[in-house]
Amino acid sequence: MSKLILERLKAQFGADVLEVSSFRGDDVALVKPARWVDVARFVHDDPRCACTYFVDLSAVDLCDPRTDDLDMDDRFEVYVIAYSVEHKHRVRIKTRVSGDEPRLATVIPVWSGANWMEREVFDMYGVHFEGHPDPRRILTYDEFKGHPLRKDYPANRAQPLVEYRDGTFNKLGPFLQDEGMPLNRSAAPDERN
Amino acid sequence: MEPVDLDFEEADLELPSEPMTLLMGPSHPAMHGTIRMILKLDGETVQDVDIQPGYLHRAFEKMSERGTWSQVFPYTDRLNYVSPLLNNVGYALAVEKLLGVEVPRKGQLFRVILGEMSRISDHLTCNGAMAMELGAFTPFLWYLKAREWIWEACEEQTGARLTHSFFRIGGAAFPPTEKIQAQIRSILPRTLEVVAEGESLLLKNRIFLDRTQGVGVLTKEHALSMGVSGPVLRSCGIDYDVRKDKPYLTYGECDFDVPVGEDGDTYDRFMVRAEEIRQSCRIIEQSLDLMKKIAPGSPDDAVSIVDPRIVLPPKDKVYTTIEGTIAHFKLIMEGIDVPPGEVYGYTEAGNGELGFLLVSRGGGNPWRVRVRGPCFFSLQAAHDMIRGGMLADIIPTFGSINMIGGECDR
Repeated sequence: MSKLILERLKAQFGADVLEVSSFRGDDVALVKPARWVDVARFVHDDPRCACTYFVDLSAVDLCDPRTDDLDMDDRFEVYVIAYSVEHKHRVRIKTRVSGDEPRLATVIPVWSGANWMEREVFDMYGVHFEGHPDPRRILTYDEFKGHPLRKDYPANRAQPLVEYRDGTFNKLGPFLQDEGMPLNRSAAPDERN
Repeated sequence: MEPVDLDFEEADLELPSEPMTLLMGPSHPAMHGTIRMILKLDGETVQDVDIQPGYLHRAFEKMSERGTWSQVFPYTDRLNYVSPLLNNVGYALAVEKLLGVEVPRKGQLFRVILGEMSRISDHLTCNGAMAMELGAFTPFLWYLKAREWIWEACEEQTGARLTHSFFRIGGAAFPPTEKIQAQIRSILPRTLEVVAEGESLLLKNRIFLDRTQGVGVLTKEHALSMGVSGPVLRSCGIDYDVRKDKPYLTYGECDFDVPVGEDGDTYDRFMVRAEEIRQSCRIIEQSLDLMKKIAPGSPDDAVSIVDPRIVLPPKDKVYTTIEGTIAHFKLIMEGIDVPPGEVYGYTEAGNGELGFLLVSRGGGNPWRVRVRGPCFFSLQAAHDMIRGGMLADIIPTFGSINMIGGECDR
């Protein structure tokens, strides 16, 4: 049924659609990052696709720090899933961006629900969405260092103490002595970065 | 009695014209513990709101990458902790999709039954808590009484009241106990009675109707582009239910209706949930009947598949045979060897479409586990439900989207 979307995408975008697959019934198209928004808009607007229902947007880190270069090309795979309530078909569109200053255009003009998901991808992976109206972190806080779902972020890393913020409403103080300390107290202070 | 402000000039008494900033939460009784809202108020009208989630972020996705595929189950319990069995089912089905295996018929029916029990407990909690936040404490206590019966049944089956961790990749931890079917059958009519009793207190109550009807409206188009799902989406008039539109397990064989609202307001969300409780009871009844028809001893009459690479061997085999010991050791120490691939598995959980995007690169550990928690999307849409309304209306609106911190912040 939804093979139709993949065929229409190939017909419309030609070589910009790098790869299509239908593994276990999931229809997936890998596109070039330059056409990311165009493809999203096509899937949304085209009457035969009509994927107006925004399902999900997130990313996968494809870099294995043991073998790969952290700045490798095609490191972060950002995907968006869209569904058509009318035609009852769904599609997953993926694109890959470089590990060195990853950037991608925002799809908020197509699906307004992408707002928080793109904030989450920025928070977790550090992919910057160009044109995002509110590029803040969402699940962690402004002072958080690093992007936790990157494969090179150690899961046991502790974050530094957050300073008292004056005049903003993002976090209220004052803090107690041991707030922000690592759970593992045996770690030497210089390792707590 | 003399007015106290006699000495003031007229100008001193004028209200300030600039909007007031008010912080609501994260520690606020109606914020369910973990959400902060920064409100810009003009009098009592909400001009703008900034919703800030993240206070319950527990790094679910990062932690999932560090264990084996089976070790994710206890984390899924803590996503939507009011209906943990539905999360268990959702994750198990997603991994099975990646593995390409299917659970025997009895196991499928069993998942449907326990999953729907969880859905009832989820909806009872949400509707009861919403009524309580509006001041109607009695329905809340009655609904919790019914929820208690459901949890007792879950305890009878799984051994735990809240975090069951019951389903496994390729089946379930145990076959149905002797008493469980009779127990579930006796709970259903009593639960429906309690639901009707609670509604009789609310649906003819002027205060409840005035506080919910026409409040927190979400339009169809907006709901679609926001990715809202579950009862919140259906209350807007869109009949999207994963159980109907892409039937999984044995939902395709069950006869049930998908309740749909009209206005997308708080009242419709309440009514959709109330009706879904009744439909869930129908599904459970039918599934219990279907389970009875399975011939004892047939291949269908099992809750788990038989595959030593996926399912743990029975304990007596582990202690007495070398094959059992090795299979047990391999599964515990190395985990299930899921072939490389990438799937998106999705089910209808209590709050809507619960999706798991799983990426495997072989070996025993997941490469990536992404959870599409439905209330993260509903909460994003809450911005438009709240804005322009009254401060006091935030409470029923927020209650009716059933924000569960564990699932939202992950």
